[in-house]
Amino acid sequence: MNAWARTSRLLLLALSAAVLYGCGERPPIVSVQHGYRGTGMEQNYNPRILASQAALHRAPAAAEPASADGPRAKEVYQNVKVLGDLSVGEFTRHMVSITQWVSPKEGCAYCHNVANFADDSLYTKVVARRMIQMTQHVNVDWKPHVGETGVTCYTCHRGNPVPKEIWVAPTASRHSGGSLGDDAGQNRASNSVGYSSLPYDPFTPYLKQDKPIRVNGNDALVKTGAAANRQSTKQAEFTYGLMVHMSESLGVNCTYCHNTRAFQSWDQAPPQRVTAYHGIRLARDLNNAYMEPLTSTFPPNRLGKTGDVAKVNCATCHQGANKPLYGAKMAKDYPELTKVSVVSTSP
Amino acid sequence: MTEYQNLFTMVQPTGPASAGIALPKGDSERIGTPWFWHLAGRLGNAQIGPIYLGGLGLASLVFGTLAFNIIGFNMLAMVDWNPLQLVRQLFWLALEPPPPSFGLSIPPLNQGGWWLITGFLLTISILLWWTRIYRRARQLGLGTHVAWAFAAAIWLFLVCGFFRPVLMGSWSEAVPFGIFPHLDWVSALSLRYGNLFYNPFHALSIVFLYGSVLLFAMHGATILAVSRYGGEREIEQIVDRGTASERAALFWRWTMGFNATMESVHRWAWWFAVLCPLVGGIGILLTGTVVDNWYLWSVKHHVVPSYPAVFPVVVDPALLGVKP
Repeated sequence: MNAWARTSRLLLLALSAAVLYGCGERPPIVSVQHGYRGTGMEQNYNPRILASQAALHRAPAAAEPASADGPRAKEVYQNVKVLGDLSVGEFTRHMVSITQWVSPKEGCAYCHNVANFADDSLYTKVVARRMIQMTQHVNVDWKPHVGETGVTCYTCHRGNPVPKEIWVAPTASRHSGGSLGDDAGQNRASNSVGYSSLPYDPFTPYLKQDKPIRVNGNDALVKTGAAANRQSTKQAEFTYGLMVHMSESLGVNCTYCHNTRAFQSWDQAPPQRVTAYHGIRLARDLNNAYMEPLTSTFPPNRLGKTGDVAKVNCATCHQGANKPLYGAKMAKDYPELTKVSVVSTSP
Repeated sequence: MTEYQNLFTMVQPTGPASAGIALPKGDSERIGTPWFWHLAGRLGNAQIGPIYLGGLGLASLVFGTLAFNIIGFNMLAMVDWNPLQLVRQLFWLALEPPPPSFGLSIPPLNQGGWWLITGFLLTISILLWWTRIYRRARQLGLGTHVAWAFAAAIWLFLVCGFFRPVLMGSWSEAVPFGIFPHLDWVSALSLRYGNLFYNPFHALSIVFLYGSVLLFAMHGATILAVSRYGGEREIEQIVDRGTASERAALFWRWTMGFNATMESVHRWAWWFAVLCPLVGGIGILLTGTVVDNWYLWSVKHHVVPSYPAVFPVVVDPALLGVKP
C-alpha cells in the first residue's frame, strides 16, 4: 500500500468516526419492555443521561410541620386573600417554602414590598396569588391527571422565578405576507417539536384552542358525505408535532401511551394514554383560565414577542420525566394546596 | 504481484480515449475532449467524456434549473437571505404545497403557488430526461430497459405529487420539496391513514426493495467470486458458457438447489427494482382515495394478529363524557 492510499484510508476512518460521534446519543441504550413480548412495546433509556437529570427531578425535603393552632393568618395579616384560613404558623411555613421553591435567590422581595408585605404593587405578588389558586385547582379538579400525587409550586418552578419550560406563540413567518419564502408554519429546526421539521407551534391549536387532535377514522374504507374523514395529512403533521412534544417532555417513546401498530386504538393502548389525554385538557384549561387572564398583569418584558402571556405545556411540569419529580408526593406535606381556598374578595 | 481487481483497482489498464460510435445525421456533436481521471478509474472507467447533451438534455436542464432555483430562493427567503443559515438549516427547509383550504384551485404564489409551478417544471424536466434516455438508447442500438426502469420511478414521483392529490381533490396532500420535510410527510401520511405497514402494496414494495438488495449482493458476490475464471465478462458468458458460468451455477445449485443463469439474473434484478416503485405507487394511490385506515382494513381481512391483553382495560375518555 502506498502512502497516498494509507493517508486516504486514515482520513476516511477519522471522518466516519466524526460523523458517527456527531450523530447524537452515545450508548448505552437500555430497552425496557412495556407491553406484550415481541410487539416492540418498549421504552428506551440512556442511563448516563438519566443520571445527569437526577438532580433536577429530586424533590426538596418538606418543611417541618407547623402548629395548626392559634389565630388565623387573615386575622393577623392584612390583604390575605388566599390561604387566610391557615394558622399564622402554617401560613409562615408556606411562605418560607414558596420562597425556596420559586425565588430562593431573590427572597421575599421578589413578590413583596418589604416595607409593607400587604402591598399588592408588585405584579409578582398578584401572579403568585393566582398561581396558588391554580395549584389548588389542579389538585382538586384534575385528579384524573395528577392523581393523589398532586402538584406544588416546585413541580414547575424548581427554584426558578419563571419556570424553565414555558411557551409563547412564535412570531409569524417573516415572509408570510410577501411573495416568497413562507414556511407554512413548519420546517424550522425547533426544539418545540424535537428538532423535527414538523409544525413548530403545536401548542396554540391544541393547548390554547381546542382544535381536533384526532386524525384517524373508524372505517377501513373511505366514506363520502357526512361520514367522510376529512382530516388532512397536514393536520396529521400538527398532531404529530404535539405528540413529539409530549414524548420529549416526558422522556418516553410513543409506545408509552400508544400501541404503535394502531395509534388511534384505545383498546390496545397502555393506561398511561388516559392520563395523558387529561393532561392535554389540563394544560388547555390552565392556559385559558389562569394564564391568559394574567396577560395585562405581567410587564411587557415577561410577554412573548407577539404580546401573549407565557403558557404551560407538558414540559412545564414534566421537564423530561414521565412523572414530574419521579412521582414524589410533595403535595401531601402541604395540605393547603390540595383544597380550594375560599377567596374573600376577587384577587 | 499486482493484479487486476474490479473495485478499488490497484492497476489501471488505460488505452487511447474512445470517442464512441458515429452519431446519426441530425444529432448534435458530443461535447468535450475525453480525458483520464485516475480517481474515477479506481471506481469505474477512468475516461471522462465526451458527453452528449442535445436538445432534449438541454431543455430538461433548463426546466430542472428553474425548479431548483425556485426551491432555493424560497428557502433563502425563509432564512432571511442569509447564505450561512441556508446551509445550516438546509435539511429542515422546504417548499410546501398549499394548505388544504385551497383544494385543487390555484393558490397565491407564497401559499403553494411556487410549489405548484415547481412541480410542473420538475415534471417537464424529468419527462424530457426520460425521453432523452429513451432516444439515446435507441441511437446506440440498445434496448430501452433503462428508460422503463426510470419510468417506474417517475410513476411513484407522479403518484405522490400529482395523481393522488388530484384524486383526493387537494394539492395539500402532496409531498413538500425538502429533505427532512418530505420524510416527515411520509410519517404523517402513514399516521393519518392508519399505518402504511398494513398496506399490502407497501409490503410488496418492501419485498422488492430488500429483494433487490439481496439479489444485488448475491449477483455481485457470484461474479466477483468467478472473475478469476473470466466471469466478469458476463455478456460473453451468456452466449458462450465457460467454466466461470458452470462453477457459479453449480455453487447455487449446491447451496440452494436452484440457480439463475448469466442472463436471467439480470431480468430478476431488473424486475425487482422496477416493481419496487411500481407497486409502492399503487399502494400510495389507494391510500386516502379507497382505503382510509390500513390497520382497520387489515383487521377486516383477518391479517392482524391479536396478542394477550397485558394492560388494564382502557376506555376512550371522550366516550365517557369526561370533562371537558
